[in-house]
Amino acid sequence: MSIENQIKTYIVENFLFSDNGYELIEDASFLEEGIVDSTGVLELVMFVEETFDVTVEDEEIVPENFDSVGQLAAYVRRKTA
Amino acid sequence: MLVQDFLQNSAERFPDKTALVCGGERLTYAQVEAQANQLAHALIAHGVERGDRVAIYLPNSVETVVAIFAILKAAGTFVVFNHTTKRDKLSYILNNCRATALFTSERNASLAREIRAAVPSLKFTVLSGERAVAIEGSCYAFDDLLAAHPTTRPSCPTIDQDLACLIYTSGSTGEPKGVMSGHNNVVFASASIIRYLENTPDDIVINVLPLSFDYGLYQLLMAFRFGGTLVLERSFAYPAAILKKMVAERVTGFPGVPTVFAILLQMDLSPYDLSSLRYITNTAAALPPSHIMALREKFPWATLYSMYGLTECKRTLYLPPDQLDARPGSVGIAIPGTEVWIEDEEGNRLGPGGVGELVIRGSHVMRGYWENPEATAGCYRPGPTPGEQVLYSDDLFRMDEEGYLYFVARKDDIIKSRGEKVSPKEVENVLYGIEGVVEAAVIGVPDPILGQSIKALVVVDGVALAEKEVLRHCRAHLEDFMVPQIVEFRDSLPKTSSGKIKKTDLG
Repeated sequence: MSIENQIKTYIVENFLFSDNGYELIEDASFLEEGIVDSTGVLELVMFVEETFDVTVEDEEIVPENFDSVGQLAAYVRRKTA
Repeated sequence: MLVQDFLQNSAERFPDKTALVCGGERLTYAQVEAQANQLAHALIAHGVERGDRVAIYLPNSVETVVAIFAILKAAGTFVVFNHTTKRDKLSYILNNCRATALFTSERNASLAREIRAAVPSLKFTVLSGERAVAIEGSCYAFDDLLAAHPTTRPSCPTIDQDLACLIYTSGSTGEPKGVMSGHNNVVFASASIIRYLENTPDDIVINVLPLSFDYGLYQLLMAFRFGGTLVLERSFAYPAAILKKMVAERVTGFPGVPTVFAILLQMDLSPYDLSSLRYITNTAAALPPSHIMALREKFPWATLYSMYGLTECKRTLYLPPDQLDARPGSVGIAIPGTEVWIEDEEGNRLGPGGVGELVIRGSHVMRGYWENPEATAGCYRPGPTPGEQVLYSDDLFRMDEEGYLYFVARKDDIIKSRGEKVSPKEVENVLYGIEGVVEAAVIGVPDPILGQSIKALVVVDGVALAEKEVLRHCRAHLEDFMVPQIVEFRDSLPKTSSGKIKKTDLG
């Protein structure tokens, strides 16, 4: 499964509440769209660390890395490269 | 003085000073004033009348700030929603206050249409966002409204007895109640707080708290009143981004809640030059003494204020910073110009050591709950002089020999999570909306980050239900901070002799 799909699956299972086939767009802002709330970001960090076996530094937890499927996948690629 | 004078006076004194930094935008006082005037003219032109309630359902943003002051300038009363509020509660509150107009973002356009159908009092909607366009049937784009109206100040009939805002808060009954804040109440409370925080126009305050929350809202109101700069952020979701912003803007004032500080204390702060920080404030829930110590070690140059308050009177107590070492567990004394005492159940005032309910007296005591005389009578009661109301806090306190106050416990079962009040009843009502849930109880359990985390205990009959399904339903119907962290399935729940669920046995 691609990194994007792994992230999507996690988000859909843990944060999305709609059962009516909400389509998670790759560049949709998690916070702006209300997909992930403020403590949800910390859950997302834990998910990334456990799933992709990387250590997320505090200063990396910024919207540029964590606020959409696309940004998060790019970040994971950089970390695991 | 009126609340809009906070902006108007600063726009006259410091027209070119930066009033607001938000996202990528920087606005001077003159710019905020001009936009608020334009929008106020638009509101009046579209039928907002004196005393009308106008609601704002937006995240922290420039539009929210402009709308707050525009509503006041149009002689209206503003109501700010937490932007994670869901449809049913939105409709409930909009109907409860019979709102005339609603501000929201273009991404909520379809929700706004549904709400228009469910709230007969709504005359029009204003959508903001780059792609916002006017839609037939009295739905306007924010920027179009600004462009169509002059920047001159509209005449305003408001006096300080009129209501500036309604702030909705959770109660033990589960139904949100709108605390009525008169202009005079807000003017008094903000002056008292500014006095003890010793704010000056040099202060640059960062606000990560929602403007729907009185603690967040007053950061805006106070900064505009003392002519400082407000750095407005959406949330504390990305702590590192906030810290960078604090460094870049040379922030002097940092208001937070225990959850914010708990996250901060886990971080390595050495990369950030926070030497500009003059003060830190905490309220909404008590900061554990260990966190007070740790914060003082990390920021020895900043003054830390421990405070206590409730929406019903804004702020109540603050601990003068020179007392922090001597009594770190105390939340201090009454804010300037007010008084408090502790009463037992028979109404006797208690001295040092006695535990009783905190009673609050002063011009910061708000007017009660919007169209809810029963709830109002429960905590706003006659005071020592004729015609006056004092506030019964529902919180138990004790006092030491020198008169400093200590929070003991709440009298009701309200949970404090992330500094916000969560009504167990409100969450239980949502749980009962899930097919198959026959019993539900919601309690708070201690949590190092959240203060209290929310635990839901449910009994299910006839269907198989997974934790995720319960959480999904909760996320669809509750604000973020009300969604349980823990769901536990039980075969049954303990009951009292009268058949009510006995929560004391659930911990």
